Amino acid sequence: MTQRAGARTVLGPDEIGRALTRIAHEILEANHGADDLVLLGIPTRGVHLAQRLADRLADITGIGFADRVGALDVTMHRDDLRGRPTRAPQPTRVPAAGVDDRVVVLVDDVLYSGRTIRAALDALADLGRPRVVRLAALVDRGHRELPIRADFVGKNLPSARSEHVRILLDEVDGADAVTIEDGAA
Amino acid sequence: MTTLLTGAAVLGGEPRDLAIEGDALVDPSAIDRDRAEVIDASGLIALPGLVDLHAHLRQPGGEQAETVASGVRAAAAGGFTCVFAMANTNPVADTPAVVEQVHRLGLEAGLATVRPIGAVTVGLAGERLADMTMLARSAARVTVFSDDGHCVHDAELMRRALEHAAALDAVVAQHAQDPALTRGAVMHEGPLSAELGLGGWPSVAEASIVARDAMLAELAGARLHVCHVSTAETVEVVRAAKARGVRITAEVAPHHLLLTEDLVRSYDARFKVNPPLRTDADVRALREALADGTIDIVATDHAPHAPEAKLTAFADAAFGMVGLETALSVVQMAMVETGLMDWAGVARAMSTTPAAIGREPGYDAPLEVGASAHVVLVDPAARAVVEERHLRGRSANSPYLGRELPGRVLHVWHAGRRTLADGRIVTEEVGR
Amino acid sequence: MRHLLTASMPRDEAIGLLDLAEDMHQIQDRELKKLPALRGRTVVNLFFEDSTRTRSSFEIAGKWLSADVINVSGKGSSVSKGESLRDTGLTIAAMGVDGVVVRSGASGAPALLADWIGRPVVNAGDGTHEHPTQALLDAFALRRRIHGGAARGKALDGVRVAIVGDIAHSRVARSNALLLPALGAEVTLVGPPPLLPPAAADGSRLGVRAEPSLDRVIDERPDALMLLRVQLERQAGKVAPSAAEYITGWSLTDERLARLGDAHLLHPGPMNRGLELSSRAADSDRSAILEQVTAGVSVRMAVLYSLLASDHPSAELGGAR
Repeated sequence: MTQRAGARTVLGPDEIGRALTRIAHEILEANHGADDLVLLGIPTRGVHLAQRLADRLADITGIGFADRVGALDVTMHRDDLRGRPTRAPQPTRVPAAGVDDRVVVLVDDVLYSGRTIRAALDALADLGRPRVVRLAALVDRGHRELPIRADFVGKNLPSARSEHVRILLDEVDGADAVTIEDGAA
Repeated sequence: MTTLLTGAAVLGGEPRDLAIEGDALVDPSAIDRDRAEVIDASGLIALPGLVDLHAHLRQPGGEQAETVASGVRAAAAGGFTCVFAMANTNPVADTPAVVEQVHRLGLEAGLATVRPIGAVTVGLAGERLADMTMLARSAARVTVFSDDGHCVHDAELMRRALEHAAALDAVVAQHAQDPALTRGAVMHEGPLSAELGLGGWPSVAEASIVARDAMLAELAGARLHVCHVSTAETVEVVRAAKARGVRITAEVAPHHLLLTEDLVRSYDARFKVNPPLRTDADVRALREALADGTIDIVATDHAPHAPEAKLTAFADAAFGMVGLETALSVVQMAMVETGLMDWAGVARAMSTTPAAIGREPGYDAPLEVGASAHVVLVDPAARAVVEERHLRGRSANSPYLGRELPGRVLHVWHAGRRTLADGRIVTEEVGR
Repeated sequence: MRHLLTASMPRDEAIGLLDLAEDMHQIQDRELKKLPALRGRTVVNLFFEDSTRTRSSFEIAGKWLSADVINVSGKGSSVSKGESLRDTGLTIAAMGVDGVVVRSGASGAPALLADWIGRPVVNAGDGTHEHPTQALLDAFALRRRIHGGAARGKALDGVRVAIVGDIAHSRVARSNALLLPALGAEVTLVGPPPLLPPAAADGSRLGVRAEPSLDRVIDERPDALMLLRVQLERQAGKVAPSAAEYITGWSLTDERLARLGDAHLLHPGPMNRGLELSSRAADSDRSAILEQVTAGVSVRMAVLYSLLASDHPSAELGGAR
């Protein structure tokens, strides 16, 4: 998928790459190293972002992260299942070591109302009891509806509710970009 | 009182006038036109009063579904002036008391002649013969015997019934259904019954009984009438028997001329009937057989049921459809509008011949001067979607609800008495 | 309104349901077997016919999705006291339930209820008509057997399945004969001739191959053999053969098992060991019978989720209706 007409690019591929690298360093710094770290991406794009972060953490630390990254589907825990067309869940993949007593970093593309993260915390609680849960988001566009904040943010992007913020990733969309467009368009 | 019908297409032919005086048709040129009630019948078809050799009026015993009085209202609305009432009442019409009761209820109701059919076997149980001679000699003068709803399956019983009937100049009307081949059967047997998981009623279960009965009728020298022929196979058997000279007549129900088993896909029990709706090929064969005379008549098999008998799973629901009100429209659609039959043919199949089979006098010279004034005026150009309010009987289990049918019966005279005027039942003795 | 009344559905929809069942299947590995998706929803299991295993499977599926599940059985209730099917359905609907799972001895009863009660209806087996969730779980178990962990998104293209037993009276056979071909499988119906559907080979939607000889089918080395429960007491001696006759012609005996190669074995249960199949066959590593039971819960979770999670479901489930 390519960028739509009328959309303004706020982050390009290089900026996205640098943001992820910075987040990887911040995660290690906050955790005082790589011990017990587990990354769980929230489908769809959060899963790919988690994988990219895992690759960077592996590069930085020299430790393999392949068995410390997974996916956490939140569909069953959403609070808007009734009001919207039936959502198809995506697979949840929990690393073999599990989440008990781990430091779980949830990874999502855009942090907005906070409702997805609320659902993710519930879904995670059904899987086990992590020691700490952190949140990383590529973009924080504000307008929170719940008392939730991100620990690691690629870019704060103040936006109007009427605007659409779209994250495009190479793995899904064929290119990396963050765009914003007027809702009226 | 004289009534003049002007410009009616008599039996679908050239427009001419008809005159009714008393209970007979008279020469329209010989009447005093100034004193006659004149009805403009231009554009309308004049037919003789229709005769239904096969209707279930449910009384006694099934009054929640129909009574003789409500049944003749449905009959009048459909253009019928004579209805043969089937014997499967409760108690069964196997004694003079029951047939005389039905006969009397018919006289009280007016609107149409009600001719009770007598049971062939006691209680329709298929075990011993009813007292056919007593029924024939009763005040109800039974001329048609039938266990309809059940097949007279025992070959010996059927043979003896035919022998009695021959002596009484009566006819045995057989519901042809081999019970062993139709255990649990609720729809036509074929790929669709396999798909829907419903018990199948194979065509052969009808044709095999008709073949046997034709031979028994030949042996007894009796008249055999086959109720509601539903399959192409049975048509072949009847055709062969007629060619051999067997005294066999056959009827087809309107629904078997128009509807097919595909309607059962909905599992809507309105489409559950016995014999069941069959295939397109059967419908075509039945239409051709009616057109060429292999099948002699159309009879409604009007079978009213209270709603609860139909608002249930298909296998559990009752068999049957109401049909008096819609029969002529269905025949118009299936036979006339397809070019298979003209209106004179309709008059034969729905009036003259059924009256002849049932030995009902007054129908042998349709619409001729001097004949009994059983007259129907039909607007063939009208079309309407069938709604529950069009049904004048007590039950609404019609397979045609929501379906557009052609033709509208506007006026009916039964022995000179007006029973339907502008589509409305005439309940009072208007003008007499 | 969405219902699951038949296993006849487009290929994409079938694969979608099986994939959804894969997602649900993950819960089997968890300590906490509970998803909140149907919290606040009430599902009634309306069983006019006894079936402990199917009812339990639906009950677990509903409960694992956090729905409130009520069981209403035909026996002893007003249903057996002459209340009409329609009145029973309307009464249950009037209690404010969100979905009804129906098992009935009457073919088409779930379809009628669906028309009458204005609630999503799941057919849990109707007469000799269909049993769509059974066919879905059979497909699910078979797909896992063939594709293993990579089953998601896959169909059953080219997989040759023989269904053996009383085909004519089997809702399981009927639903599988609709679903499996939609997924690309080649289905052969095998059984004593009186127990094969009439005219199975012509224009019916059940127009899959029918073959009276099990031995001939075994010689063709099918990929899977589904053995149906046989009830020989049904019209014994007229329609159904004797047990000895059945075993001679249609039982998966040890001898036939040896000739069968590595075909997967399926059975909807409950099994008559020694009649439909030998104990050795039932307990062999070719048998997927217990996996079918596990799959039943996952598939029924997928169905309940699809029908009940959203007030605005996007499309009909089970194409033909």
